[in-house]
Amino acid sequence: MPRLFTHTWIQGLGMLFLLACLAPAPVMAQDAVTDQELRDTVAGLTNSDFSAKQTVIEQLMRMPHRRSAAILTAMLNGDLHYRKDDEHVVIAQAGEADYRLTDPVTGEDLGSTEKSGIRKITVNNQLRGVLRNAIGQLNLSSDDPADRLAAVRETIKDMSPSSIELLRAALAREKDSRVLEQMQNALALVDMGNPDKAVRLGALERLGGSLEPEVRNRLAALIEQDGNGAFIEADPDIRQAATVALARIDNRVKIFGLIETVFFGISLGSVLLLAAIGLAITFGVMGVINMAHGELMMIGAYTTYVVQLMMPAHIDLSLFVAVPLAFIVAGLFGIAIERGVIRFLYGRPLETLLATFGISLVLQQLVRSIFSPLNRSVATPSWMSGSLEINSVLSLTYNRLYIVLFSLLVFAALLLILKKSTLGLQVRAVAQNRAMARAMGVRSGWVDALTFGLGSGIAGVAGVALSQLTNVGPNLGQAYIIDSFMVVVFGGVGNLWGTLVGALSLGVLNKFLEPWAGAVLAKIVVLVAIILFIQKRPRGLFPQKGRAAED
Amino acid sequence: MSMLSHGIVRTLLESDRGGRIFLLILAAVALAIPVANLVIPESSSLHLSAYTVTLLGKYLCYALLAVALDLIWGYCGILSLGHGAFFALGGYAMGMYLMRQIGDRGVYGHPELPDFMVFLNWQELPWYWYGFDQFWFALLMIALAPGLLAFVFGWFAFRSRVTGVYLSIITQALTFALMLAFFRNDMGFGGNNGLTDFKDILGFNLQSDTTRVALFLLSALALALGYLVSRYIVNSKLGRVVVAVRDAESRARFIGYRVEHYKLWVFVFSAVLAGIAGALYVPQVGIINPSEFSPLNSIELVVCVAVGGRGTLYGAVLGAVLVNYAKTWFTTEFPEVWLFALGGLFVLVTILMPQGIVGLFARLRGRAAARKSAESGAGEAT
Repeated sequence: MPRLFTHTWIQGLGMLFLLACLAPAPVMAQDAVTDQELRDTVAGLTNSDFSAKQTVIEQLMRMPHRRSAAILTAMLNGDLHYRKDDEHVVIAQAGEADYRLTDPVTGEDLGSTEKSGIRKITVNNQLRGVLRNAIGQLNLSSDDPADRLAAVRETIKDMSPSSIELLRAALAREKDSRVLEQMQNALALVDMGNPDKAVRLGALERLGGSLEPEVRNRLAALIEQDGNGAFIEADPDIRQAATVALARIDNRVKIFGLIETVFFGISLGSVLLLAAIGLAITFGVMGVINMAHGELMMIGAYTTYVVQLMMPAHIDLSLFVAVPLAFIVAGLFGIAIERGVIRFLYGRPLETLLATFGISLVLQQLVRSIFSPLNRSVATPSWMSGSLEINSVLSLTYNRLYIVLFSLLVFAALLLILKKSTLGLQVRAVAQNRAMARAMGVRSGWVDALTFGLGSGIAGVAGVALSQLTNVGPNLGQAYIIDSFMVVVFGGVGNLWGTLVGALSLGVLNKFLEPWAGAVLAKIVVLVAIILFIQKRPRGLFPQKGRAAED
Repeated sequence: MSMLSHGIVRTLLESDRGGRIFLLILAAVALAIPVANLVIPESSSLHLSAYTVTLLGKYLCYALLAVALDLIWGYCGILSLGHGAFFALGGYAMGMYLMRQIGDRGVYGHPELPDFMVFLNWQELPWYWYGFDQFWFALLMIALAPGLLAFVFGWFAFRSRVTGVYLSIITQALTFALMLAFFRNDMGFGGNNGLTDFKDILGFNLQSDTTRVALFLLSALALALGYLVSRYIVNSKLGRVVVAVRDAESRARFIGYRVEHYKLWVFVFSAVLAGIAGALYVPQVGIINPSEFSPLNSIELVVCVAVGGRGTLYGAVLGAVLVNYAKTWFTTEFPEVWLFALGGLFVLVTILMPQGIVGLFARLRGRAAARKSAESGAGEAT
């Protein structure tokens, strides 16, 4: 797993798709102001008199239109212009040679123009203050809690008397508990500046446990010493309270850090699970060492790449096509490998190992010859990019969340197939006693091929998931093969639950070791630990019992 | 003394026709190469370049490594997918000695620290580098480092009866873990780049033709000795027990043999042999880096032994030379085809000729003999 975390560029791409999808969003029903009303008001900004502009801004502030905040932000950034010929107000973004114009009210593209064709709507310092205030106000009264939360966070960074006023007003209206808490924190920060000691202590009490970095900085500043060793904050009670509040904050941050590590561990574990679960079928149930398993995952990842090449306009749907397709493609490869090579080698595990290793080399080179040895980029669908923000110190990325869910889904499906379907029954029968199964009319050769195909198909599906986390290249499979074997051996051969427990515990263990040992050393420690573990329990965590356990 | 050893060698080779042929060829090559390189003038078409001599020396090192692997795979049934690790450890021990020999002639001119340590701002030599300025110490370590690792690993593995594919996979994990470890800069073994820029060995310049030929001859000698000792072990009572363990481990244990002791002994000896091969390899190629630990190297070695024919010792030598020659040829002529060829070789050998080239010859000879007289063919075919 060396490259698990180098997928920021994928996220970046995902964000682009997200933006592209959001742009043509339909006008929200709750808009109380029509486009025309807004347009008429905005037209007033072309007036060169600053006090007239201020009046317009204050009007806009009271117009809950979804574009109001965007227009004011553009004005604050100096992007708001008007065309000289028809005095139409536009948002102009400087391109390489000319300006790109968008309509402020509808957001539609108005083409581009020379610099001489437009004039900037200028602002002065006083107007900037008014604008910030207005934007804050608009965002604070937005319908979306996320907008309001962002607005509160913004105000915490830069408190002015007017923004405090705004916050107080908004606090009374607020229903969402998270936004409410944030607003109270912001006001508590304001209270810190209050001369009354009781108010300050109350504010400190309130602030302890807040996770905002801004809050932590303010509290830390309270207990600092100046150059002469004297405390900047004179009152020892306040210092004491601040220390307690800080400790509470640090404690909470630590707990969330722990949760984050566990999540990363589970995420890594679910990747391992996906990689190992196909192996649990071929190695665990059939007893075939398939060293080409990693390359079957690689085939799945490349299938995703090809699917995205074929449907570039529907990246969001590509994974839904890629998963079944990767299963089929990798499964067919698997069946071909089983029929062409492995069936001649049953009962000779060491030879099987060598032959499948040879196949893995061939598959790697095949991919290199067809797709070039360079890594290919696979896009992340918009619904998988971004992250679920629990609070300001803990956010879980969606792609990892989905992959955890996906791996559990695959696991459940496989379990169901093995326990409930006819094929599953036959697979288990052949695994337990081939001769007896054949005597009962099971076509063992056919079952072998299908079982191997099933395991390989799951490897392909795992490849689709991996393509969302790591680079897709010819070496993709190699990076996972040893880990996957470790998981299967650790969990206990022939036991799917063992694979689940093994994968998750190895993932979490790895992530807990990483902070103090570094990624590489953590991996080595885990490998050595497994080697030692096998000494103690040669048949894994959950050994097979009964006849099948005997050699 | 010489009469005695002569006698031992004769009894060893009495029933070993393949070994006799192999040692004869090796002796002929060892005589011809120095002449072709040092005596015959460069203008002649019979002249052998120093490059070729080194290349052949490299093959001989691989051949020795293959003999080491064949000893435990062919005779003891332990398929080690991590023998490259012992080879690389021996190589690193030699590399550390050569590194210390550079002295103040490095790029940074530090009298004691190798270049990469100066580059990493290290102030003093780590303790595990002490002693490597002495050749005898390096020699000791060449045998001790791989031997000790094999002993600890084998002691754990064989005692808890880890066998078959499980053992193969954890040997692979072992070499993989070592590769990751040696890639780290703070391990103090040069990290990614490994050890290189060697100047001389025991005062002889590594670039000169005479040194290269001498190293080649040493490799040939080591291969011959390694082969003879391995043959001796295989023919001894211990060797018989080891074969019994390969064929029926439980039965051997029930008869009363301490199976794990026999396995451990052979495993450690094989690791030391691999270490010696690595130590001879490094001064000839002039570099040792962590990629020698890569699982692919070890598994390539396994295929060498499989191609030649396992359980024969000389088959391993044949396979190592053939496969490595093919590798040299492919990687210069058709680099993109090499992995196809290697992969195909794995599949072909395992399915079509499980006994390798040697087995193929034996079968052909068996058939020819069977045609001549029925009774002599029956003995050979099994």
